[in-house]
Amino acid sequence: MIRDPEHEKMPRNNLEKLQLERLQNQVSLVYEKVPFYRQAFREKGVTPDDIQTLADLTKLPFTSKLDFRDNYPFGLMAVPHEKVVRIHSSSGTTGKPIIAPYTQGDIDTWAEIMARTLAAGGATKDDVIQNAYGYGLFTGGLGFHYGAERLGATVIPTSGGNTKRQILLLQDLETTVITCTPSYALILDETAKDMGVDLRDTRLRLGFTGAEPWSEQMRSDIEERLGIPAINIYGLTEIIGPGVSVECPHKCGMHIAEDHFLVEVINPETGEQLPYGEEGELVITTLTKEAQPVIRFRTRDIVGLNAEPCDCGRTLVRMSRVTGRSDDMLIVRGVNVFPSQIESVLLAIEGVEPHYLIVVDRQHVFKSDELEIWVEVSEEVFSDEMQKMEKLEQRLRSEMDSVLGISARIKLVEPKTITRTEGKAKRVVDRSEL
Amino acid sequence: MRIKQVSVFVENQPGRLEATLEVLEGKGISIRALSVSDTAEFGIVRMILPDAELGLEALREAGFTVRMDWILSADIPNVPGGLLNSVVKPLADAGINLKYFYAYIEQSAEDKAMVLLKTDDLEKAENVLKSL
Repeated sequence: MIRDPEHEKMPRNNLEKLQLERLQNQVSLVYEKVPFYRQAFREKGVTPDDIQTLADLTKLPFTSKLDFRDNYPFGLMAVPHEKVVRIHSSSGTTGKPIIAPYTQGDIDTWAEIMARTLAAGGATKDDVIQNAYGYGLFTGGLGFHYGAERLGATVIPTSGGNTKRQILLLQDLETTVITCTPSYALILDETAKDMGVDLRDTRLRLGFTGAEPWSEQMRSDIEERLGIPAINIYGLTEIIGPGVSVECPHKCGMHIAEDHFLVEVINPETGEQLPYGEEGELVITTLTKEAQPVIRFRTRDIVGLNAEPCDCGRTLVRMSRVTGRSDDMLIVRGVNVFPSQIESVLLAIEGVEPHYLIVVDRQHVFKSDELEIWVEVSEEVFSDEMQKMEKLEQRLRSEMDSVLGISARIKLVEPKTITRTEGKAKRVVDRSEL
Repeated sequence: MRIKQVSVFVENQPGRLEATLEVLEGKGISIRALSVSDTAEFGIVRMILPDAELGLEALREAGFTVRMDWILSADIPNVPGGLLNSVVKPLADAGINLKYFYAYIEQSAEDKAMVLLKTDDLEKAENVLKSL
């Protein structure tokens, strides 16, 4: 369903006029209120007046995750603190979280975008939406929650975990729509089966599964097991949270909310803007943010953009599912994990060498939510006492837990297990390669 | 008496213990006593070698994670209550905690066995056992 036909079906030239106007506002706002951006603009020799067409976007500087880190916590904020009604956060590269403040205006806009997102996937006010995305600092939980309420649906804020109870409620409260990560969808199915419940026999009819990379194969799996269409959605904390793009029921690419987000793809090595159709790094510029507008944010996600009109009638550009990263970030259980974070934990424990391997399991979908880290045992930390080795393992596990924000299985290994490589070490390996 | 023990970290996979022993055999090093302490994932192989340093170097060179520790060896008479009265009870009475131990029997000596042990206080334990 198209909740906002005026914007979702807007003729391209009108949309582009709207985008330009909004871009000019955002650019003036950051230039005036955010010293970081004023400085960045000056370094590129550009001022807000230089933005007269959408093509002038390429005159503007990029923003990276490092800029977020360097300006942590409020260096990118464009409003005074009293205007901020909420702050969300997610993992950054080196242990400093990404801070995302919102004004009341931002919260309202986000709720509307999310209502539109849910409607696009086929949800309506008559649905019972069980929101199993994590509530709290993570944008997924509250993002979907506000959107579902705005839509007028009945929301069950289960958040993640407590799976047996979720399944009980899903049956008894007659949930029709589930919102969760793809890996959790499979956990729900497994647990249901253990309980003797077939999710296909419940009222469940639709799912919104995103926040982590997943394949078409995984989608087929989820759809078959749960007996529902699984709609892909995309978003990121630096921009707004979920709501940047969503599939329509045709499931041929995710429509980007272009009235709120201006997108481009670039060559990750050169920064050169690429034409639609070519795969490259997705770069997003916010158009309607108040608390923390972002100019040309390099997402590090590799996608292709498709400007062909869609059968659903929307004129909004579609992005493919994310096919890779231009950095080494992983997403596990919806949480961003950087090898550099793992390295920092190892370096902080005396005697532990930062020789590690992250084992992912891309073939076995149930394991894709497990994080397993192999850590080499050096002479400095090796003990002849089993108790001490177990303590080391425990300590590694708890430090990883607190830095990464998710629990990891630690496996202590011999030096020869993790091969040394010339140049950049291969830090992530698939279980099938072992 | 004090004795040097070589420990090796091995993953709990087929062939790892074999590889360890092959290194020693390759260098002509015999093993007087051996014990393996294991978890599901890894094991600690503790060994008494005639020449601890030689064994340590050989294993290190072969890429193993190794270490050397001083532990104690004690002779016990080969009779009922031998272990209890020669080692375990005296240490317990002295308030010394046993971390691990393993036994070793030399074929040539029928009337005694040897135990190897690690406690939480090497010196005190050594003195306790010496005074018996």
